[in-house]
Amino acid sequence: MLPSAPNHWFVRKVIYWRWAASVAWSLLLLPVCTALFVLLSRVSLLHPIGWISESFGLLCGSYVIFSLVLLFGVLLVVGFFNLEYYTAVPSIPCTKIALLGKVLHPRQCIHMLVHCMLGMLVAWCTAAMIGGRYRTLSCPCAVEEGAAPAACLNELHLFFLLAGGFVGYSYSLLGLLNNVNYVSFKIIQRHKYLWFRSSLLAVVRYSAVRALYAVRNFCIFYYFLGYIPRTWICSTLGLLRDSSLHRLDSLAGLLDLPLLYHLWLSCCFLLLTWHVSVLLFRIFVSEAYSFPVQSSFSEDTSQCLPKVISEKEPMILKFLGLQDLAVLAHNSPCRRQEVFSLSQPGGHPHNWNAICTECLALLGELTQRLVLYQEVLSSNGRSWPPSCGSDHKSTSSETSENSGTEELSHTPRVRAGLKTPASSLFRAPVGGAGGTLPFTPDLDSPFSPAVTRRMAPDPSSPWHGSVQSPHLMRRGPKLWTSSAESPPGCVLPESPAAVPSPPAGAQKPSFLSLWFQNRQEQVKGFLAKRVLIMYLFNKLPEASSQALFADSQMHIWALQGLSHLVAASFTEDKFGVVQITLPRILSTMLMLQEAVDRHFKLPHASSKPMRSTCCLEDSTFKMLRFGLRSALKTALYRITGTFGQHLHAVQMSAEHRKRLQLFMDYKE
Amino acid sequence: MNSLALFPPPPPKGHITLYESNNQLVSGTSYDCYQKQEWDPPSLLFPRETLKPHSRPENTSKAAFLDHCDALWMRSAAAWRDSGLSGLLEEISNSSEVPRWLTVGSRWVLALHRWVASFHTSLFPHLTLSSEDLVAEFSQVLNWSDCAVRAFAWHPHTDKFAVTLLDDSIRIYNSKSSTAPTLKHRVQRNVAAMQWKPLCASALAVACHNCLLVWHVDPTSLSTRPSSGCAQVLSHPGHSPVTSIAWCPNGSLLLSASPVDTAMMVWDVAGENCVPLQRVGGGGVTLLSWAPDGSRVLAATPSSLFRIWETRMWTCEHWPCLKGRCQTGCWSPDGSRLLFTVQGEMVIYALTFSSVPGEPQGQTGGPKAAVIVADLSETTFSTPEGEIRLGGEVQSMAWDPQGERLAVLLKGDPETLDHPPMIAVFKTRTSPIFELLPCGFVQGESGAEPRLMQFHPNFANGALLTVCWSNGRISHVPFYFVSVGRPLPGLRGSPTLPFSQNQVTENGGRLLYTELSS
Repeated sequence: MLPSAPNHWFVRKVIYWRWAASVAWSLLLLPVCTALFVLLSRVSLLHPIGWISESFGLLCGSYVIFSLVLLFGVLLVVGFFNLEYYTAVPSIPCTKIALLGKVLHPRQCIHMLVHCMLGMLVAWCTAAMIGGRYRTLSCPCAVEEGAAPAACLNELHLFFLLAGGFVGYSYSLLGLLNNVNYVSFKIIQRHKYLWFRSSLLAVVRYSAVRALYAVRNFCIFYYFLGYIPRTWICSTLGLLRDSSLHRLDSLAGLLDLPLLYHLWLSCCFLLLTWHVSVLLFRIFVSEAYSFPVQSSFSEDTSQCLPKVISEKEPMILKFLGLQDLAVLAHNSPCRRQEVFSLSQPGGHPHNWNAICTECLALLGELTQRLVLYQEVLSSNGRSWPPSCGSDHKSTSSETSENSGTEELSHTPRVRAGLKTPASSLFRAPVGGAGGTLPFTPDLDSPFSPAVTRRMAPDPSSPWHGSVQSPHLMRRGPKLWTSSAESPPGCVLPESPAAVPSPPAGAQKPSFLSLWFQNRQEQVKGFLAKRVLIMYLFNKLPEASSQALFADSQMHIWALQGLSHLVAASFTEDKFGVVQITLPRILSTMLMLQEAVDRHFKLPHASSKPMRSTCCLEDSTFKMLRFGLRSALKTALYRITGTFGQHLHAVQMSAEHRKRLQLFMDYKE
Repeated sequence: MNSLALFPPPPPKGHITLYESNNQLVSGTSYDCYQKQEWDPPSLLFPRETLKPHSRPENTSKAAFLDHCDALWMRSAAAWRDSGLSGLLEEISNSSEVPRWLTVGSRWVLALHRWVASFHTSLFPHLTLSSEDLVAEFSQVLNWSDCAVRAFAWHPHTDKFAVTLLDDSIRIYNSKSSTAPTLKHRVQRNVAAMQWKPLCASALAVACHNCLLVWHVDPTSLSTRPSSGCAQVLSHPGHSPVTSIAWCPNGSLLLSASPVDTAMMVWDVAGENCVPLQRVGGGGVTLLSWAPDGSRVLAATPSSLFRIWETRMWTCEHWPCLKGRCQTGCWSPDGSRLLFTVQGEMVIYALTFSSVPGEPQGQTGGPKAAVIVADLSETTFSTPEGEIRLGGEVQSMAWDPQGERLAVLLKGDPETLDHPPMIAVFKTRTSPIFELLPCGFVQGESGAEPRLMQFHPNFANGALLTVCWSNGRISHVPFYFVSVGRPLPGLRGSPTLPFSQNQVTENGGRLLYTELSS
């Protein structure tokens, strides 16, 4: 169990060290927390001197020292799980069933189990540190005179242990639901200490509130189900029940204020130490890293910025690389010079080419993703033969460009015409207004295999990997629609990829496939009427839109970096390396702009999600699409504002020129 | 060092300063007495009488309704919701239904709370002011509470401006369309400042009573009353009233400040999340000003201390030991020089920053001491109508985007008649040494006092100063000159100020402003 690409140089040299530093700091903070805990656990305002001296005496006692050693171990394991489970791209379940799957995933089960046990361990430590009546599991029974001394169960201790396990479990579960493992990047950069200091208070408050809820929930849980573990422990260990004490699963037993206070304090202590370690890990990992732009040694080239941002794994490396690109493009003239520089033998702008190509590929990929999503949504989840769909991909890049947006409105009708009446009949109860119905397209929907297949990158298509030609890029949004209308016979004859046979198959589907399709629709219609199924497969509102933009922080940085570099090239680029790529950059951005604009016209896309304000429940990913939209506009304005008039000399299609003119007139 | 004694006397009474040409301010008897341009920014008039301010300063409309006897817990809950712990305690100590010990206890706690609070406010006396008074005290507008025009903002790239009126509505005037949208929002009250987002056509940030509003006004829309759905509300507990806002010049971040909050907020507007930048000391932040190159931010506090933040790692340096609080400040266009004034002193200070911040060790790269560059102490001028005294403390300053003209709004003395508020304009020169040279006074219609001023961000033929007057008039004073710093096309390869150059040609080659032949 190690993070993805554990042998990558970056993970070895940077991430591990950052993790180690964060763990070291959280270990250093642990004695402070423990001392505070001990001090607060025996608070007595009436005898302050006795209280403080007693606490200090206790701090040096063997129980506290031993607990501290155990707690160090616990924090190490928690830190290991932080490293193992962190992610830079949040996973957003789009349906209830996906959420359920996420919770029941084996990986998550391990997480829960381990945290449950760690919670018990911490609870044992706190019980030992508080001492008194909580310390041991068994105690001598309060027996009447003459009877043989017997061991009784100390229910308080059991109560503590179970509470620890419960809190550990709820920590893991809530962490999953609130995406606590998501490492977000801050909008500004500050020193790590300042970040920590400014978030510490919020973390303390958050832990206290969470502990309060946990205590309440645990008390309810114990009130109803507490007898099961109690009798089990009694029977396994052969302990008796002390009948002279109140049972804890009764109201009288639970309304013991010192007990509740100590329980809350222990939960608070547990959550605080764990949350602090998460906080430190996040702060350390998301710290900006400065990559060299170029290196004079060939063995170091893999550590240079152009190489780093083109790597797929580990994800965090790509994020940090793009962040560094945005930073250097904005405020570091000497590093910008390196980007614009030419290679020494040969005089090629390798740095700029690599950076620009990678950023454009990222943006192009997002455009494609958005276009596909809209496409799928506009067809309302109707799946047409997948062979046809994949063929569209390969053929349509050759279809003429000016068969443009007006075709979009025709497509559903044409496509419906291709279908048999029977299939549309069955679809009737299912279809209708999109968005909220169960079978609207969805990344996770199990009912649209063709759809999911289309969403996945198709290695056979020319769109796989980075896009090389601006010519192809420009036609991106019109793919997949145009060829549906153009009769299959008259696809441009000179294109070798346009083999007409699969579209012919689409036109006259065989009887078997038709029958199969009908069955499928029938099953769908049947299932759609069951309430539970509906509930599970219902899309969570706007989740798919969030999932679409889950990694958009990368795109935001790519846009910022590119636009700043282009703007700076106006005065700093001595060799004109940026000029060559300017048309490509502009057309890519304009196409993305078009796709984003269209996306925001969809239902749910422009509504603002609820946000939590706490520092640990990071919900910045929910707003990334808004961030992307504004970053895109700002990037375009930055370029048009800098170049102004000169952009008229740039070659681009008439449609893009029209759009760009809007930006130049500040009318967008 | 310059002083007001070197200034030419103000124009005679009844005369209005119209424009500057050939190094001289020209005045006339009315705004119409010089030749109009193709599109003049409209000289607007909002008479004070037509505007109705919010009559009810308090938060709730409680007083308008009949007294209603709720149960105690309902009243307590309402008090808790309305005014927090102190309200709850007050409610409990005033009610008769609760046990006696609770009443007495809450009275004690309330007294203790007040005592602690009084200690706090004796350190920071501004905390005792009501929020409206706070805005009036720290706003850059002279006499904000009684001003017909409360805020004014030019769009940084186009000929478009927004005006906030006394009734808290915002109007937007555009050179290219005749529709003037009016923006109103339920929470848009006590507007203290406005600023358009740079590198954006539509976003306007508004500092309101207890939140920030960011309006998205579609420039192509024909609607005259955009719905409140076009506005984003950004608020943070404890961060009200907002008296100053500043957009990052590259349009990505928004800063906001409140005099009662020691933290200033860095907003990611699209993501609607904020990062508080907390520094103890000062008791709040009153004024924010972002250097045009984006590298530094001036943050003034209500006490005699201001800070200069550098924006790479967001560290700051303190400037304590002032005589009073920093009243206003403005940056030179290249962000290397800061001019500021201090309350209680009649001089302008300058700070010069040398290095690019953050490069060596995250310092702001600032100087060690501020130098006095102008003396604004009271000077008596004799006019045909009698003597007039000008000078004194400064309310606000504005530096034109090319760094050639500096406008200073002098407070004057409201008690005496012969000491009116006045706008003094300096010419600025940066080489061989930084220097302020006298240019002249800008005077409005008789009886009108200047309240607020701003330079047009990209005026082609010099600088354009927009002044809002106390009688509700908004006038524009052009200063025609050829900038020495601006490279002439053809002499050097690439211009450094693309905005100001593109302005002319953007509108299809039509000149917005031509030189006057006077």
